[in-house]
Amino acid sequence: MLVSLELRPKASKAMVYQSPLIAVFMTLITSMVMFWLMDTDPFLAINAYFIEPVSTLDGVAELLVKATPLILIALGLSVGFQANIWNIGAEGQLTLGAIFSGGIALAYFDVDTPFLLPAMLVFGVLGGMFWAAIPAILKVRYNTNEILTSLMLTYVGLLLLSYLIHGPLRDPDGFNFPESRLFHDSALLPIIIEGSRLHIGFLLTLFIAVLTWMLLIKHIIGFQIRVIGMAPAAARFAGFKQKKLIWITLLFSGGAAGLAGAFEVSGPIGQIVPVISPGYGFTAIIVAFLGRLHPLGVVLAGILMALTYLGGDAAQITMNLPNAVTGVFQGMLLFFLLASDVLIRYRFKIGSIKKETT
Amino acid sequence: MIIDLIVPALLTIITASTPLVFAAVGEIVVEKSGVLNLGVEGMMVVGAVGGFAIAIITDDPVLAILAGALSGMLMALIFGLLTLYFYSNQVATGLALTLFGIGFSALLGHKFVGITFEGLPKLYISGLSDIPGIGQLIFGQDVLVYFSILSAIAVTWFLGRTRWGMIVRAVGENHDSAHSIGFSVTSVRLSCILFGGAMAGLGGAYLSLAYTPLWVENMTAGRGWIALALVVFASWRPWRAFFGAYLFGGITIIQLYAQGLGVDVPSQILSMLPYLATIIVLIVISRDDSRLRLNAPACLGRNFHTSG
Repeated sequence: MLVSLELRPKASKAMVYQSPLIAVFMTLITSMVMFWLMDTDPFLAINAYFIEPVSTLDGVAELLVKATPLILIALGLSVGFQANIWNIGAEGQLTLGAIFSGGIALAYFDVDTPFLLPAMLVFGVLGGMFWAAIPAILKVRYNTNEILTSLMLTYVGLLLLSYLIHGPLRDPDGFNFPESRLFHDSALLPIIIEGSRLHIGFLLTLFIAVLTWMLLIKHIIGFQIRVIGMAPAAARFAGFKQKKLIWITLLFSGGAAGLAGAFEVSGPIGQIVPVISPGYGFTAIIVAFLGRLHPLGVVLAGILMALTYLGGDAAQITMNLPNAVTGVFQGMLLFFLLASDVLIRYRFKIGSIKKETT
Repeated sequence: MIIDLIVPALLTIITASTPLVFAAVGEIVVEKSGVLNLGVEGMMVVGAVGGFAIAIITDDPVLAILAGALSGMLMALIFGLLTLYFYSNQVATGLALTLFGIGFSALLGHKFVGITFEGLPKLYISGLSDIPGIGQLIFGQDVLVYFSILSAIAVTWFLGRTRWGMIVRAVGENHDSAHSIGFSVTSVRLSCILFGGAMAGLGGAYLSLAYTPLWVENMTAGRGWIALALVVFASWRPWRAFFGAYLFGGITIIQLYAQGLGVDVPSQILSMLPYLATIIVLIVISRDDSRLRLNAPACLGRNFHTSG
């Protein structure tokens, strides 16, 4: 090989931040080629996909509406990922959060009280935590792999929602449509920008980002999380309680995803429907990596990924491109990111590494 | 007669289990070489759409099966390049492969929604296939069912009895030693990853060509993840994975029969059974940490670079 990779003496700090930019750039180039292959004008497609949707105030508000659950879930996941706890069942935890908080709203559908909304948010968090507590207890007690259990529970959660919405939670006056009643006004999140769907949940999410940052940087728990991820042996010698960290990271990420579910039903949706989320729980995994598992990065990455959802919907309407392009964009972005991350620890070297020097 | 109930049930179990056999047996080879590819679901779903698309375009079942395997293999190639040559985290790359595969297959399959395929031709041996009951069961399956059984036997033999199988295991147990003896860790792993991809692709193609011969977005519905659980359940032994897959196939069809027998449980609750069963299996199998560590390839999930 003419070009090979050699280990850098020290991991490159600069590359940690440059790599997402390289990945975004490569994704844009590749997707333009892809559009060209699909007989679509690449520049028109990119314009329809990424620029037009956010060229109005309404568009920007809608962008932030979609960014809210992505940021919130990714904040939770990034804490766990740093400790090598791979909760990938956020989609299920979001669903349970939506069921719990929506359940409260429907139980008190005819009561007008300022306590309803806070109760819904608390129950949303509890719902997500409950669903994440199952992988946590299984991992702590039986050593089961949390990747598989949290994912299996996602399927169970989605089926549970489907059952509830076709049965107990269905609107009694809804002509058998699988939808709940519309929530009462006191069960809806206040809107920040008049005339848009941007709700106060976005501001709460930014506040939680700051709290997460403080937890990670200033608190001993954050320190332990980072050590356990980077040097598990050192963490054991230092006497960190691994089981406690498993509980904390899973409950934190589950709670965040549950809150995102509560925001969705009390914000843009306003009732319980068979599909609460277009895969936010999975896309948030990409957001967490793209944001370098750092709260500020997660906020920026969440907004960027929200644009792929918005663009997907817009391009479907204006250019008749299938909505599935969104998933392809998202997957490609993560591939390029993972590929360019190699440059954090390695660097290119012209000429092959000589055998005797290894 | 009782046989009238059992034979159709067994036939359904076979069709529900075959995709899991392919995916799990393929992943065993991958993991034996020390690579954890969590992208089975993504490779399966792309295999499903690839096989189905070629089936509709050419109307040739053989080409369709090959296309399914090839689609899974191409997906695996992405994973192999990223993890082996760019040293990316295997867990993250596997997740990326699944997320990408689901989107990519939906994009490719968007033209094929609503079209049906006649299904794979079934074996027919005059006389043998006509034996009531077992005739159809043993001599009346499609080629992929036989191939899935064959693959479990072949992989058992390959890993346990051949020189190349030994090399694969050596690379998975200790890649540094394998490298210093002179084996190319990267090429061995890449071959295993590609084989795993082809097998996952076949599993996916079975779904869209035989199980329900049509294309639906996201039609694998978590089977790739169940296959991953089966690998742990089987302690990385192909024949155990084979029986595990049939156990799961059995659970999957309980829901069909329970409804047929008029059991009053909502269909969604019954549909949860395979996922819940996976969790229970994982609990039973993971409880004994030492046993798990004894069976798991020592280098599973660890990347290899010549400078260490």
